[in-house]
Amino acid sequence: MNKRSRRKVLIIAVLFGVSVATVLGLTAFEENLLYFYSPAQVKAGEAPDNHSFRIGGLVVDGSVKRAPDSLQVEFDVTDNTEIVTVQYTGILPDLFREGQGIVAMGNMQADGKFIAQEVLAKHDENYMPPEVAAALKTAEDAAKNKAGQL
Amino acid sequence: MIPELGHFALIIAFAIAIVQSVVPLIGAAKNDAALISIARPAALVQFLFIGLAYAALTHAFIVHDFSVLYVSQHSNMVQPLMYRISGVWGSHEGSLLLWTLILSIWTIAVAVYSRNLPEILMARVLAVMAMISTGFLAFMLFTSNPFERIFPAPLDGNELNPLLQDPGLAIHPPMLYMGYVGFSVAFAFAVAALLGGKLDATWARWSRPWTTIAWSFLTLGIALGSWWAYNELGWGGWWFWDPVENASFMPWLVGTALIHSLASTEKRGVFKSWTVLLAILAFSLSLLGTFIVRSGVLVSVHAFATDPARGVFILAFLVIVVGGSLALYAWRSATVVSYGRFLWFSRESALLLNNIIFLTAAAAVFVGTMYPLVVDAFGIGKISVGRPYFDTMFSLVAIPLLLLIGIGPVVRWKGDNWSRIARVSAIIFITSLVLGLLLPFLIEEKLNVSTGLGLAGALWVALTTFKDLFIRLSQKVRLPLSYIGMIMAHFGVAIFVAGVTVTMTYSEEKDLRMVPGSSYNISGYDFRFQGVRKVQGANYTADEAVIEIWRDNERSGELLPQKRVYSGKGNPMTDASIDKTLFRDLYAALGEELESGAWSMRVYYKPLIRWIWLGCLFMTAGGVLAVSDRRYRQTVKQKFNLKNSVASST
Repeated sequence: MNKRSRRKVLIIAVLFGVSVATVLGLTAFEENLLYFYSPAQVKAGEAPDNHSFRIGGLVVDGSVKRAPDSLQVEFDVTDNTEIVTVQYTGILPDLFREGQGIVAMGNMQADGKFIAQEVLAKHDENYMPPEVAAALKTAEDAAKNKAGQL
Repeated sequence: MIPELGHFALIIAFAIAIVQSVVPLIGAAKNDAALISIARPAALVQFLFIGLAYAALTHAFIVHDFSVLYVSQHSNMVQPLMYRISGVWGSHEGSLLLWTLILSIWTIAVAVYSRNLPEILMARVLAVMAMISTGFLAFMLFTSNPFERIFPAPLDGNELNPLLQDPGLAIHPPMLYMGYVGFSVAFAFAVAALLGGKLDATWARWSRPWTTIAWSFLTLGIALGSWWAYNELGWGGWWFWDPVENASFMPWLVGTALIHSLASTEKRGVFKSWTVLLAILAFSLSLLGTFIVRSGVLVSVHAFATDPARGVFILAFLVIVVGGSLALYAWRSATVVSYGRFLWFSRESALLLNNIIFLTAAAAVFVGTMYPLVVDAFGIGKISVGRPYFDTMFSLVAIPLLLLIGIGPVVRWKGDNWSRIARVSAIIFITSLVLGLLLPFLIEEKLNVSTGLGLAGALWVALTTFKDLFIRLSQKVRLPLSYIGMIMAHFGVAIFVAGVTVTMTYSEEKDLRMVPGSSYNISGYDFRFQGVRKVQGANYTADEAVIEIWRDNERSGELLPQKRVYSGKGNPMTDASIDKTLFRDLYAALGEELESGAWSMRVYYKPLIRWIWLGCLFMTAGGVLAVSDRRYRQTVKQKFNLKNSVASST
């Protein structure tokens, strides 16, 4: 190979490498995009059945139930219109409380329970996860519209 | 009174910054020595006033002046002195002030240590740095004044976020900012060179040590952040691909590309315009990082809407800095000629490949971090990018990168041949591959390719680095410090990769429900839960669990994880307890009290996790060594000699 064709090979190799990385990257990106759904959207069937997503809302007062002999815990989250039951096994974050806004990541089960792999509550009692705040706002607006129509 | 003085000092500093960014540039354009000579004293005075403002805010924290809004939000009567001092940079306004202070320190450092620079270039560099300072001071004065008063003053303040009350985090932001802001020097040099139209190898030599030292600070800062997250967040992880972390990682990736590219430019005069572009990019990402972390955009893009002044200012500032410098680049870079010639297989090509890899990685992080923000800003939906994306991308990038670290340093400048390199590296390549794959096989008695490749990569880097060092040592020539620095940093990569690989594969993590008296065995260590007691700290009360560690029927240690409640807001916080050794960590975090005296508990066994930070320390030390090289001081001496000879000849 002369110099010029060698350089071409090098450039092609680099371009090839970068494009492989891009394709793999975009695939991985696509697969790992997590969408957020409010309980109302979940009940309306908008959330995917076979893909992880995030759900968020307020933890319903009095809904936290612990299994007696394991770390399994169940609680309801709501956007003040619909309620979804979340099941989680493990240690809840420090600021997990009834009435607090939380976000959970996981899958929907056939029985309508959300199995969470991760539960997040941010480190400030005034703090509302932005997704939850938006979901509550949407629900509130919808309720207002309904009231207006009546 | 003192807060007003601080505020006033900021206003004066702002005025000086404007003068410092305009006058020396006019002087440089007109070649007017009087105007040029304003740059240095202006930088000094600006530093004094910013320092005064900073001292005033610190004073307000120390004496509990809750009439200052910022102090009342982030401090209270019981907060220990150390966290009152670090409280200054605990939130948006104060961290901007720290940023500006550090910028003025870097400016002074350039003014003092680069006396050998041509005056005209120095004037331009200091002017560019003053422009950045002007932007930050304006941002503070018009939208985020740390000295704002509150009336009536509360009797006691809120408190510093308990999460931030940790020695690791107290020094993490200053280190990080030293790195971020340090890239402003490389940026200023690049812009100054573009303005002057003179971009040569000396330019690279001047900006190289500054870039390397900034990079060292950034490396240390990121490592400290990771160390803090591990100790304080109670999740036992060391990196979460959180947007806040990514914001500091992007400038690091581009900065790493930059220090390698500067090597080519300094030694061989190649890739000049590319290096300039990287310098602009590294600093732009530093700015972006500062803003997305501190402006509240991450909490919600709509924070922009609730506080439009800040948002608009940030966007405008970013557009001016990034857009302005890129426009200047587009206009001037055509005049830059790289004269060096090199063959396709050469050190130059290897360094170019390094740059491509690092930029690919930075692009991957950028997409994963910014895409959700953009989607949210346009109201398309709320999404986040899961960590497997980042993990996949980085394992992909790691393979060619590790291969390259082994080969790059031994390839000759200008050109080399494949067969020579293949000959000298083949044995190490095979050895590390076999050993790497064999090690996990010995541990788990089955083939584990990904772990094997990780270990092989670490071995390959370590062995090739050592071999090169050994050969150079046997040649009995004095090794330059910059070379030793490189060896050290590359060896740090090997340690880091080994740590990451082993921790990711062989960690054991368990969430448990434990009653006092029960025990749990994890990787040969018996965690015996004795019970929970109440503990009183300086500004918190805590439940503290006592866990004894037993191994081979011998008591080998004790873990005391706490669940703290701070007196301010009454938020509970987990304080993990870790038994640390070089080869493994045992980690326990206390959950909450369950029925019948049981507690939820999180226990981890983390082998080699310490190597992750140890590797970063090696990289940092490597950077510091490289900067200490005589080469960077020689020009000073030469000039000195010149002066002497002039003096003696007259």
